[in-house]
Formats: sequence, C-alpha cells, structure tokens
Amino acid sequence: MANKVFHVMYDDDQTLLDAARALVAQGIRVKEVFSPFPVHGLDPIIGVKRTRLAICSFMYACTGTALSILGTWYFMVSDWDWNIGGKPNFTWIENAPAFVPVMFEFSVFCGAHGMVLTYLLRNGTLPGMPAENPDPRTTDDKFVMEITTEDNHMSAQDLEAKIRATNVFELSIKDY
Amino acid sequence: MFKESNIRKPLILGHKTYHDITNDIVSPIEGPAPKQWKIAFTIALIVALYGIGCISYLVGVGIGSWGLNKTVGWAWDITNFVWWVGIGHAGTLISAVLLLFRQRWRMAINRSAEAMTIFAVIMAALFPVFHMGRVWLAYWTLPLPNQFGSLWPNFNSALMWDVFAISTYFSVSLVFWYVGLIPDFATIRDRVSKPWMKKFYGILSFGWSGRAKHWNRFEEISLVLAGIATPLVFSVHSIVSMDFATSIVPGWHTTIFPPYFVSGAIFSGFAMVQTLLLIMRKTMKLEAYIHLKHIEYMNIVIIVTGSIVGVAYLTELFISDYSGVQYESYAFINRFSGPLAWSYWCMMTCNVISPQLFWFKKLRTNLGFTFFMSIIVNIGMWFERFVIIVTSIHRDYLPSAWGEFKASPIDIGMFIGTIGIFFTLFLLFARYFPVLALNELKTILKTSGESYKNENKH
Repeated sequence: MANKVFHVMYDDDQTLLDAARALVAQGIRVKEVFSPFPVHGLDPIIGVKRTRLAICSFMYACTGTALSILGTWYFMVSDWDWNIGGKPNFTWIENAPAFVPVMFEFSVFCGAHGMVLTYLLRNGTLPGMPAENPDPRTTDDKFVMEITTEDNHMSAQDLEAKIRATNVFELSIKDY
Repeated sequence: MFKESNIRKPLILGHKTYHDITNDIVSPIEGPAPKQWKIAFTIALIVALYGIGCISYLVGVGIGSWGLNKTVGWAWDITNFVWWVGIGHAGTLISAVLLLFRQRWRMAINRSAEAMTIFAVIMAALFPVFHMGRVWLAYWTLPLPNQFGSLWPNFNSALMWDVFAISTYFSVSLVFWYVGLIPDFATIRDRVSKPWMKKFYGILSFGWSGRAKHWNRFEEISLVLAGIATPLVFSVHSIVSMDFATSIVPGWHTTIFPPYFVSGAIFSGFAMVQTLLLIMRKTMKLEAYIHLKHIEYMNIVIIVTGSIVGVAYLTELFISDYSGVQYESYAFINRFSGPLAWSYWCMMTCNVISPQLFWFKKLRTNLGFTFFMSIIVNIGMWFERFVIIVTSIHRDYLPSAWGEFKASPIDIGMFIGTIGIFFTLFLLFARYFPVLALNELKTILKTSGESYKNENKH
C-alpha cells in the first residue's frame, strides 16, 4: 500500500492549536505545519525544539572579537608600530582603549551576519529556491498540518477518521 | 496567551480578518500606480538627477567647488552626513529597542522606518565618501593588504571608527530588514497572478514556505538581532559624535556629546518617520493600522528626546562658562551672539521650544500639527549640526585665522539632491514592497484588533 500524505487545513490559529493538541494526544505525529505567521505555543506540541541560532551568533561574535584583536595588534603594533601624538604604541594592551569601538563593531558585524547566513542556509531559503508550501493560502490566512501514514503506525482510514474529528477546514490526501 | 487590557485602545481598527490584512497591504502593489505616486516619483527623480549632476561635477572638478576654505574645512558636507545618519537611527531603534521592550505598536511602523533607515544611511555615506575627493580610492579606508609599504589605516582615529560603525550599522540594518521582509514577499508571491510579479517576488522570497521550524528560527533571530542592534544604534551615533568630541576644537571637545547626539538622532529620526508615515497612511489608505495612537506615541518619544537635547544644550552652555577656559567660553558666546547667531536661535526654537507644545494632548493628537512639527524638528536638527560644526571652527584659537563660510551652489545642490535620491528610493519601496510587516501584524490581531477586543469585553 502506498504511503499517504494528509494536508489538513485549518482557518484559524486557535483551531490549529486545539487540533494539534488533540491529535498528538492520540499518539499521532504531526510532520510539519505551514502557517502565515508564527503560532505561539505550537512548537512544544508538535515537538519543534528551540533553535540554537543564538548560540551560533555568540560564537560568531566571539570570532569577530578575536579577529579584531588580532587585526589591530598586527596593523598597529606588529607590522608597523604607529606613533600618533606620542600615544603609547609598543604593546597592544596600552593602546587597547582606542580599539574598543572597532572591536565592538566588528563583533556585532560577525555575530549578526554569521547568524543570518546560518539561518538562511539551515532553512534552505536562498535566492531562487522554489516555494514548498502545499497551498498558496498558507501565506495568507490558512494553516496546514502535514501528517503522513509513514510516521504513524495506523491505517490511512483510521488516521483520516481521527483527523476529521478535529475542526478541519479542508483536507487533501495524496499518495507519495 | 498574551492578554491586553481593555482600557488600551486597539492597535488595529475596524473588523479585520487575517485575509483583510493581506488584502490591505498587498493590493496596492498589485494594482497600477496611482497618479499621486507618479507625480511624486517624477519630482523626486528630477531632484535626484540634479543631485547626481552636482555630485558628478564635484568629482570632476574637486572639493574646491564646495564653499569650504582653510578655516572652515568641514561645513555642509559633515552637517548633512550627521543629519542623515541621525535620521537613520529611528528605524533600527523602532525595530530593535521597541521589540526588546515588547512594544506592539511598533509593528505598524517598523518596516517603513527600517527602509527609511537604510536609505538615510546610504545618503549619509555619500558625503564622507565624496569628501575624500578621489572617490575611487575610498577602499583605502579598509585595512586591505597593499603594496604601499606597511600602510594601514589608523585604528586610533575616530574617523576610522566611523568607517566600521557606519558600514556595520548599514549592513546589519539591511539584513534585519530583509529577514523580516522574506515571509511578506512569500505572501505576495502566493497571491499575485502576473507571471513577472510571481517570478520577481519568488526570487525575493527565497522560497519561504512558513514551516513551523522556520518560524521558530525566525523569531529567535529577530530577537537576537534586536538584542545586538540595540547597542549598535547607541554606539554608531556615539562614534559619530566622537569625530568631534575627540578633537581639541573648542565647542567640539565635550564629553556630553555621545548621549546628546544619540538622543538628537532619535529625535530627528522619529520626526522623519512622522513626515513619511503621515503621507503614506493617507495615500495608501492605512488609517486602520497607523492611527492616532501610533502618532501620539511617536510624539511622546519626540518630546522626551527633544527635552533631553534641550537639557544638553543648556548643560553645554553652562559648562563652557564654568570650565573657566576662555576659548571654550568664547566658542559658546560666539554661538549665540556671533555672526551665525541666527542659526543658533533657529536651532533653539525648532528643537527645544516648539516640541514642548506636544505636552498638550490636543496638539499631539492633531495630524496637521504633527506633520508641521515633524518638518520643524528636521530643520532644527539640521541647524544643530550646522551650529556645532561651523560656528565652532569658523573662530577658534587664532583670531587672524578666523573666517566665514558661504555655501556654494554645489553644496546646496548636493544636499537637495540627496533628499531627491532618498525620496526616489522610498517611493520605490512604498510601491513595490510590503509597507507594513503584514505577517507580524497578524500575530497581534487577536490581542489588539478592535473587534476581538470588543468581543473579550465582559
């Protein structure tokens, strides 16, 4: 028997939340949800873990700080020791207060751009990528839940009956 | 779930549904351009082209075509630079600081304020870049490996800090803005029927599909970007102020400059947001989303920052006398009574006295008056920079070197030209991009929408 994929459409975020809670309580795994905006409270129900992008950002920013320390040391102390108005320039640490603005800016630069690039790559959202939402209305005012028979150990009929018991707006069933 | 007090006025007026929000924001993009837009765009484009002509002339003949002289080596150029950068501060402040404070009213205004930020920072960057004279060598400000011996830029210099601050601010604001735009582009992509539009918005939307995991990441990076953009906003204008504060010129050598410049920047930025939004809400029929409450909130920010700026002016004045340094003291006496006193009093009237009128609720909720005031504040803030820069250097330590400054037609043409380029870009944005963060607005519909609030009243 071919695997089936159910695209269950709801017309309200609260209905979607209630339905997801009811289905998950019956042991059904919701594979994916497509929504026009972030539905708060949905992630723990369908088992989406909190993203670690913030940690990435911190690491990128630390890299930026390290690079800017290395850079200012190399440009201002090591490669050519500048002497501007008799300001100390023999060691990096004596001159460090003057480098704080650049170090800060470069850390923010790396933290922000590193995180955004990671975000785009991990999402797979890049220029020219095809849209994957099953219905164009999911970017307007409809919410679609994707459930497959493959993930759930029950027959398509059982699954359909359980899905229909929720407040469904539209249901499409496809083989894949 | 988040509950909002019923005493608070709703943020979205009328009986809107999610679909209505999409409709209201996307339909102006689908339809033909309105006549008013075409007229405004033509005017802006003509002014922009005139500005580009002036810039080309400047590059051709050199900086001597500006009114600068040996004494006044910085004048309109840096005034315009600081003015534009200041305007560019409201966008990221609205999107980042107000996001951290969970101010939901920002959602109606953040998109256009961010667009304004980006365009204003581009305009700002033009001035120091063209002030370099040989603009094709602008990349020399970056620490690139080179064959000139060990020639590196000076990282002790406030001007070098500025290069890093402005480029970081511009690029981070740009990605912040774009990350928020991606889901809204996807909404347009899935709605429009014309093939070229589908293709165009398809590319811009990066294939966004609205998966739960993607939204989870989206909210996290919006928050983290807001968190790191907030100190960035404050650092950028502080660094701009250090261009002056780290010098030894009387009138510039002031430790109060960083906070004073930052509040001035927010002050002028909000005034520019008011100017743009008051026109936009009317012509694009967005009165349900940007209404009196938003305008009033922004006016309150204007009065707070305007008062901080006022206190800073008076503190500066007092300290110049109290310091006992005759040069410092003279710089300020010269400001309010010297040959350029008219600009000082213009600044005082526009920035300190007139915003105090917003203490009256009747005035701060009056659209016509708000629009008038937003223009006045921007004029005042331009004069603030002019006063700081020109009146400080035209008479400094050596009286035999005192001089006057007279703006040349190229000075004026370039300044007006940047206003034209700015409006050209902003009008293109208003025509082809979603002007409100429509998908973010949907998240507050149920807590702050008028019909939902009334239903919840018991």
